[in-house]
Amino acid sequence: MSTRTVELELATPGMDAQGQPTRVPLTASDLGGEHLLLNMGPQHPATHGVLRLVVELDGETVVRCIPHVGYLHSGFEKLGEYRHYNQIVPLTDRTDYLSPMANNVGMALAAEKLMGIEITPRCTVLRVIACEMSRIISHMVWLGTTSIDLGAFTPFLWAFQERERIYNLQEMWTGARLTTSLTRVGGLMADIPDPFVEGLRKFTDTFPNTLGEIDRVLTRNAVWAGRTQGIGVMTPAEAINYSLSGPMLRASGVPYDVRKDKPYLGYDTYDFDVPVGEHGDVYDRYLVRLEECHQANRILQQALARLPDGPINVDDPRVILPPKSRAMSDMEAMIFHFKQVMEGVKAPVGEAYVGIENPKGELGNYFVSDGTAKPVRWRIRPPSFINLSALPKMAEGHLLSDLVAINASVDIVMGEVDR
Amino acid sequence: MTSQIDLIPGRLREAVARDGETIVYVARERLLEAMTWLQQTPGQEYDYLVDVTAVEYRDRERAIEVVYFLRSLSRKTDLRVKVELQASDELTVDSVWGLWHGADWLEREVYDMFGIAFRGHPDLRRILMWETYAEGFPLRKDFPLRGRFSRAEQVRQALNANPEAHYSLDELSIADAWGDIPDDMRERLKRGERGTVPE
Repeated sequence: MSTRTVELELATPGMDAQGQPTRVPLTASDLGGEHLLLNMGPQHPATHGVLRLVVELDGETVVRCIPHVGYLHSGFEKLGEYRHYNQIVPLTDRTDYLSPMANNVGMALAAEKLMGIEITPRCTVLRVIACEMSRIISHMVWLGTTSIDLGAFTPFLWAFQERERIYNLQEMWTGARLTTSLTRVGGLMADIPDPFVEGLRKFTDTFPNTLGEIDRVLTRNAVWAGRTQGIGVMTPAEAINYSLSGPMLRASGVPYDVRKDKPYLGYDTYDFDVPVGEHGDVYDRYLVRLEECHQANRILQQALARLPDGPINVDDPRVILPPKSRAMSDMEAMIFHFKQVMEGVKAPVGEAYVGIENPKGELGNYFVSDGTAKPVRWRIRPPSFINLSALPKMAEGHLLSDLVAINASVDIVMGEVDR
Repeated sequence: MTSQIDLIPGRLREAVARDGETIVYVARERLLEAMTWLQQTPGQEYDYLVDVTAVEYRDRERAIEVVYFLRSLSRKTDLRVKVELQASDELTVDSVWGLWHGADWLEREVYDMFGIAFRGHPDLRRILMWETYAEGFPLRKDFPLRGRFSRAEQVRQALNANPEAHYSLDELSIADAWGDIPDDMRERLKRGERGTVPE
């Protein structure tokens, strides 16, 4: 085999004088300098779901990486246009299924902003608890799977054990472990049961111990540091330019956190710190996420301490279903019940966008309404989709084995990437 | 602040969203100029692109809007910029990829879902739907919820699809593997279904 030319042109970032994208033919002059095209995924344990990467390799070095997504596309945004606002809640469970409660909250906040509804103090605090519980389970899954990808098995077991405890609390609260559908427009589907507070308090007391153990096993571990330090670096300017958000953005040294800079749910009244990285590599992303778990634990403790009594739903029969007993005995309540179930909650004409700090990054919910009970457009700003789009940039020039570490550090969940 | 908005090149009018955010409508021809101004003018510094999406209204008379969510990380302010496109016109706007690389996949998704082409985008391909998807653009209002093709047609197409096409033989450099691929696949390539047959 001597000279060969692959008759293929791939568009590369860049434009020629005519404003057309530049296309570079893939060529390899001889066997010695031959590039290998490798298909990774969609069924591969290290792609964290059905992500497919086509990688061009020079030896073991990644020359180019082309992600292919869409295998899990379910058309949630289209479905949302045919559903009442409260019927959209179950769809949000299934986008980022590693932090379903936070998704429920984000969607409800956007719908409430659109309708101009002020939620009750107890509901606000309970939603903060839901968000921070989600942050912990999502980061625990991330930590477990990433450590497995890089060859450490023990932290995976510890992390999943902690996640299990939160799942038990979620099940106690909503009846479901994964498809929680916690929120309703103007409130919550249910108040917390009696043993919940005690269970969560027990969790927040012991959870830092596990974090400390994970810290001891990984942070100064030579293999872990060697596999992650200096890998997949994004400078602050690049991180901003690529629209990264969440831990990815902060690991690059940009201290933007929606909870601090555009507070919702009264996050400005909680005392917590935003960890910021220095080098923007995989190691810093690990450190940022680990510290975020500590901070989430702090917020949970403060939320439990201040949890007020009172109703969880707003006092507005046009938005909140009356209790079943009243709907069956009181004429007016029955009419409200009927109208809400059959017609849905009508939103005024207009649009609203609410971004919340999800575990993966900024989750945005954007509703456009034409005055009916179903949105004209429901857009999810998917944080892991946008973070993943920087993968080719981060992987370039690294080894194939580092691609696994970089891909893991993005913390993708394909349900949300593909929606 | 309002006086600053007056200075945006190509500004048509403003509105306020229900969440209190300012929406600026910009002329389609001058979008890139306006975006460059917003990103690079001192005092504006919208350095972060939050999201790009499109909205088509149920009222077919209304224009399709391409919505850009901008944020200035230093000033901690947001701005929403909209461009209106008439459905009867050619659905094309300039790509902002040159200003924010984060627009890469976002614009591809808008193209995939709405059929809006972004002039100057480096790699405008479908992203969530597959490359040979023939039913149109799913988030357009004239697209039925169940898809344009019947279930029977969808099954027929899936069964008749070239499974190798899913593996994008182009990328996997068919020229190299010509000697090793199965006969039926070679036949399909000769018929010109996918890629170019090597000499």
